[in-house]
Amino acid sequence: MKKVYFDNAATTPVRKEVIDVMIPYFNDFFGNPSSIHSFGRECRYALDRARFSIATFIGAKDKEIIFTSGGTEGDNLAVKGIARANKDKGKHIITTGIEHNGVLNSVKTLEKEGFEATYLKVDETGRISLDELKNSLREDTILVSIMYGNNEVGTVQPIKDIGELLKDHQAFFHTDAVQAFGVEKIDVNELMVDALTVASHKINGPKAVGFVYIKDGLKFDPILDGGHQEKGHRAGTENVPGILGFAKAVEVVVEERNKNRELYKTLRRRFISLLNENGIEFKINENVEYCLPHILNISFPGTKVDTMLTNLDLEGVAVSGGSACSAGSITPSHVLVEMFGDNDPRLHNSIRFSFGHYNTEAEVDYVVNQIVKIIKRDK
Amino acid sequence: MIYFDNSATTRPYKEVVETFQEVTTNYFGNPSSIHSLGQQAEKLIQKSRQIVADILNVRDEEVFFTSGGTEGNNIAIKGCALQYKSRGNHIITSKTEHASVIETCKQLENFGFDVTYLDVNNEGQVSIEDLKNSIKDSTILVSLMHVNNEVGTVQPIMEIGNYLNQFPKIIFHVDNVQGIGKVPLNLRKANIDLCTLSGHKFHGIKGSGVLFVKNGIKLEPLITGGMQEGKIRSGTENVAGIVSLAKALRVSNEKYTLHVEQLQEMKNELVKYLSSCEDVIINTPIMNSAPHIINFSLPGIKPEAFVHELGKNKVYVSTRSACSSKKADVSHVLSSMGFDKTISGSSIRISLSYGNSYEEIIKFKEIFNNSLKQFKQLMR
Repeated sequence: MKKVYFDNAATTPVRKEVIDVMIPYFNDFFGNPSSIHSFGRECRYALDRARFSIATFIGAKDKEIIFTSGGTEGDNLAVKGIARANKDKGKHIITTGIEHNGVLNSVKTLEKEGFEATYLKVDETGRISLDELKNSLREDTILVSIMYGNNEVGTVQPIKDIGELLKDHQAFFHTDAVQAFGVEKIDVNELMVDALTVASHKINGPKAVGFVYIKDGLKFDPILDGGHQEKGHRAGTENVPGILGFAKAVEVVVEERNKNRELYKTLRRRFISLLNENGIEFKINENVEYCLPHILNISFPGTKVDTMLTNLDLEGVAVSGGSACSAGSITPSHVLVEMFGDNDPRLHNSIRFSFGHYNTEAEVDYVVNQIVKIIKRDK
Repeated sequence: MIYFDNSATTRPYKEVVETFQEVTTNYFGNPSSIHSLGQQAEKLIQKSRQIVADILNVRDEEVFFTSGGTEGNNIAIKGCALQYKSRGNHIITSKTEHASVIETCKQLENFGFDVTYLDVNNEGQVSIEDLKNSIKDSTILVSLMHVNNEVGTVQPIMEIGNYLNQFPKIIFHVDNVQGIGKVPLNLRKANIDLCTLSGHKFHGIKGSGVLFVKNGIKLEPLITGGMQEGKIRSGTENVAGIVSLAKALRVSNEKYTLHVEQLQEMKNELVKYLSSCEDVIINTPIMNSAPHIINFSLPGIKPEAFVHELGKNKVYVSTRSACSSKKADVSHVLSSMGFDKTISGSSIRISLSYGNSYEEIIKFKEIFNNSLKQFKQLMR
């Protein structure tokens, strides 16, 4: 059976060149980077090189890169860490209702600890309003956490404008760039962010690795205490093979970003025009102007998301109904609820297609054909 | 190369790396995805959980996967303290724990918790009497390591667990990062509630670990998000890391059955040899110590320099825990055991594992001998 993987926002296959980088660090250079002998020090050098390489790509200093076990830990470290370490300056946080659970649940934890949170609304396309943000800012606001591009619908937020707006305010600005990193040029200085989260497995790197950028001088509390790894910001023996694989994935994704963007745009155009050609009724859940090109969230009126997913799966097509992190649950996507309200049929008939660098137009043809088949059959 | 630093980290078994590669390549789905690729990944995790649970002799639902030993210890201690703070604020641990336990306890002291750090005797063991006397009405947690990472001392976990059994409200956490696969520990019989393991210490890969959480015990999570791993630890599961960990644990378990005596013999041989060197003082107790760790001191010699000297001959040992290599100039473990600075500031740790051979022991003796001779000449 033909297999098509259009669920690259959930996770991505690891590139061969990434695995190739990792293997010697399992078999030959398996030392502990904190060991003082030359065998450990070689691993330390490799780790330093990886850090430097990643830092350079995003315009940061290497000491501003903290390696984590992934995007969720990164979001937790940035949001909880910054809020807790700076609570003397205020206890108000601004975020949005459409954040990834890594941010949302971190903010909820902070609320239990006595912080106050404002959840910005989004419009039907998933964009926040800068005016609302401006009006929500208070003297005691210490953290604004707004994702770069949404993982379910792909809508991109006005990150630069937010950075600009916060320039003269004490609040630190964190953005979850986990979905955006593969397709958007990320330069922390241009974006004027103080903290930024990236995960490896969303850009064809291994799972369980990520980094947070945290601006030099910005205080943040660690989540994991112990050894002095990551300058005391994140204890635990460094995942050397994972980090090196991640650094390779970053290198490749930066190199291929423009090419991939073009590919994803071609794929989505073809997807949409094929649906039109076949007379399929659909709506796109996103902001047409501001969106991550690899995510295409489509509502098919009259269908049921579970049936659609199951049928597509039977035809070898892997797609998703929401984010993987909430896919196990039957409750509708919190992102779509924020966009459309509690009672919209789109909550129950929307599918997320998300592309990767190896996807092809022929795969789009196949998937659209299956969709047409399923919808016509059900009618 | 003679790698005698297996308490810092181990070389992943060949089959572990193969498993990692295989899973990474062919089962890359997100276990939370409901399509078949996701479900295959989810099944692999469940299967791994079962394997780990069988080896530990516990139930599947009591096994949680983490990013490693430090995270496991942090979740166990902070998670327990924060969850049960309404019961009390007193925690008991010892002075010779791993940094991830000590630093976590210190952090909790900042949050208003009251921590007792038990002394150890000159062999590194805590006294049950001390423990008994430290227990208060407000005690909610006792956290002790099974095998010490620097000297190899084995704590009387079984006895402590049995004693603590009469206090149903005290949770007993054991850091078994160094003991697993080397010193048996029956979690049920020792009445252990929480137990930490780290994959890369038993020939798994870095960035993987296990926390055993006994049924009925709740932990406040440190990392919140998509609620994976029974909400204890959010974040997309490290599928390949988890499957490799299960593999590594299974192989280590087999190696234990087949080869632990050889491991002990190698250690005995090293102890015999080192005892015969006039400049060496052995710090690891003869009784109640693990079969893979030997800690000794070279009074008057800078241990870092000697480690480098051995390193030139591709012999790799360490001064103390990798997690504290950079900070203090004396070992907190040896100081706590009552050794003065000449001993606690000149210690070297050899840590063996199943990959090591008798030939390496013989070669090591030769290199050690020569290096020591050279060093002494230099110092004259």
